[in-house]
Amino acid sequence: MEKEHDHTRHRYGMVIDLDKCTGCGTCMVACAAENNVSVRPDESDKERSITWMQLYKITNGKEFPESEVCYFPRPCMQCEEDGNGGKHSPCVSVCVATATEIDHETGIVSQIYTRCIGCRYCQAACPYHARFFNWWDTYFPKGKGLERYLSPEVSVRMRGVVEKCTFCHHRYMRAKTKAYAEGRKTLEEGEYITACAEACPAQAITFGDLNNPDHAVSKLIKSPYAFRLLERLNTKPKVYYLSKRDWVRKKADNFLPGEFKPVFKVKG
Amino acid sequence: MESTLIHQEPKRCSTRTFFLWTLPWILILGWGGLSAFLCLWKGLNQTNMSNIFAFALWIVFDLGVIALGAGAFFTGFLTYIIGKKELKSIINAAVIIGFICYSGAMAMLGIDIGQPLRGWFIFWHANIHSMLVEVSFCITCYLSVLTIEFLPIILENKKLEEIRGLRLFGHNLHEAMAIFAATGTFLSFFHQGSLGGMFGVMHARPFAARGGFYIWPWTFFLFVLSAIAAGPCFTILCTKLTEKLTRKKLVPDDAIQSLAKISGWLLSIYMILKIADTLGWIYGILPKAGLRLMDCYKEGPYGIWMLITEIIICGIIPAIILMIPKARKKMPWLITASILNCIGILINRFVFIIVSLAIPVMPFDRFWSYVPTWQEWGVGLAIIAYGIIVFSVSYRYLPVFPKERELNMA
Repeated sequence: MEKEHDHTRHRYGMVIDLDKCTGCGTCMVACAAENNVSVRPDESDKERSITWMQLYKITNGKEFPESEVCYFPRPCMQCEEDGNGGKHSPCVSVCVATATEIDHETGIVSQIYTRCIGCRYCQAACPYHARFFNWWDTYFPKGKGLERYLSPEVSVRMRGVVEKCTFCHHRYMRAKTKAYAEGRKTLEEGEYITACAEACPAQAITFGDLNNPDHAVSKLIKSPYAFRLLERLNTKPKVYYLSKRDWVRKKADNFLPGEFKPVFKVKG
Repeated sequence: MESTLIHQEPKRCSTRTFFLWTLPWILILGWGGLSAFLCLWKGLNQTNMSNIFAFALWIVFDLGVIALGAGAFFTGFLTYIIGKKELKSIINAAVIIGFICYSGAMAMLGIDIGQPLRGWFIFWHANIHSMLVEVSFCITCYLSVLTIEFLPIILENKKLEEIRGLRLFGHNLHEAMAIFAATGTFLSFFHQGSLGGMFGVMHARPFAARGGFYIWPWTFFLFVLSAIAAGPCFTILCTKLTEKLTRKKLVPDDAIQSLAKISGWLLSIYMILKIADTLGWIYGILPKAGLRLMDCYKEGPYGIWMLITEIIICGIIPAIILMIPKARKKMPWLITASILNCIGILINRFVFIIVSLAIPVMPFDRFWSYVPTWQEWGVGLAIIAYGIIVFSVSYRYLPVFPKERELNMA
């Protein structure tokens, strides 16, 4: 008999179909707009710009006509373990002031901006480069109307603190409030999704509760083509990827010669 | 006026000479002050740190000076707990060097964090799982211990000694020094270790990650051992440099030789464990993460030469020199071995901080490089200038070397 789903403990996760992703960057724009991500007058310094959702371009390294390109969206992986069996993500276990925590109700790794002291140890511990430091004061260009688009649900961050993707946690709060007002205790699938998942024109991003077997994400991660980024580090990310291309899956982790096993003859 | 602060014998240089000696260091301190002000006022955008290089030059300086400053607690441990009487002639210098290193590191950390005014959150919202919390608690407490250890030396100043109450207070502090030495040893052991632990627990960074014992990764023990192996050598170097500059013999040879011998033994033990740890990393941690040794050194300037230099040139060679009595008794060999030992520990800290962050973990990520700005150099070098000034002032006005008069009677 299948274990009954616990409605109080969710593991929100994401599945990104890399074969559908066109690299248009809408997810990045939607994320930045939704979460009041500060900008710079000159955004060319990519080592210091803030991109909670970042798009990597990877290639198979071959010459034309065999060359192939894949775009790899990388939000925060919302890791469940620190790589050594500890039930914290790598960043949570090292944070000096308990400014980042893993919420065991949702599985979301939070960031408390007003508590962060800006030591950046979490950035050093994260192998995904999913954490960003505010090197400058918050800035939104004046007279361009950008300040009118700021979301009142998300606090802007001050200089000197670290920020990261929160799986649009404020949307979760909004959905919960709505459900509560309607006398419901649980959320329906699709009631809470992230801005990137909503905006993706190719519908490459699916979002849902990995603990709920009825949610699409739970079914998608069972695919033999599903994988996670740097899976062998045992950080247990809740962001999964799908790709039928072997070279793409191979690029998602480090393998010693002969270790990578391609997927053969999958039915259906 | 100034002469009333100085003991008549042994002689100190003129006020003018002393001023000229400190002038360049004061200028560097000014450069550091300006850099610190800019970083606090405008933010850490004044540095070349980035989201990739979250830790950079300052942390290298921090870990470097803290490791080299380990001579203070370890010499204190040997003098007051083990009872090595000959080290009493060098303990004051070791304590002052330790105080300089730790206070300098604390000042630099205050600038390095993005929100310095929230520094106290480390204690208020402490995350007991974080090695950095252990580091912060122990360093803060140990700096207080070092201040207490420094205090009786300050109170021995010619002018201050004339005040009866202060003289008695200083004397009584001296009597209680064994307690502070023991406390300092305990605190130092844990923060030197947890500084190493900070990197060993980055389990998702295979370059730095290590297995270990219970909650402590191997780097915890290796950092303690390497610090107590290099710290005494740094104390020797500082003493010898002071002797060279003042043209006086300040510390008897038996104290120097005793420290050198202990350093040699510790460095040898450290080297054996470091090599074992490196092999465990090459054949255990790296393959588990799908990496080979050369994958870590294939790009950028941080090649395998760093590992070879750290272990062979700056590890095994100085260990051998310091272990052979004939060799360590010859001054050029002793100085060479001490310098190599100190460089080795600095390379070790540099590698764990900078190379760990420069090497990409995601296969499609690129290798990143980093060059510090003048502001970063300013703050870093200011710590050295601050140290030289504090040590010079201490030497001028305080009886840092108790055997100085006896050794320079002729």
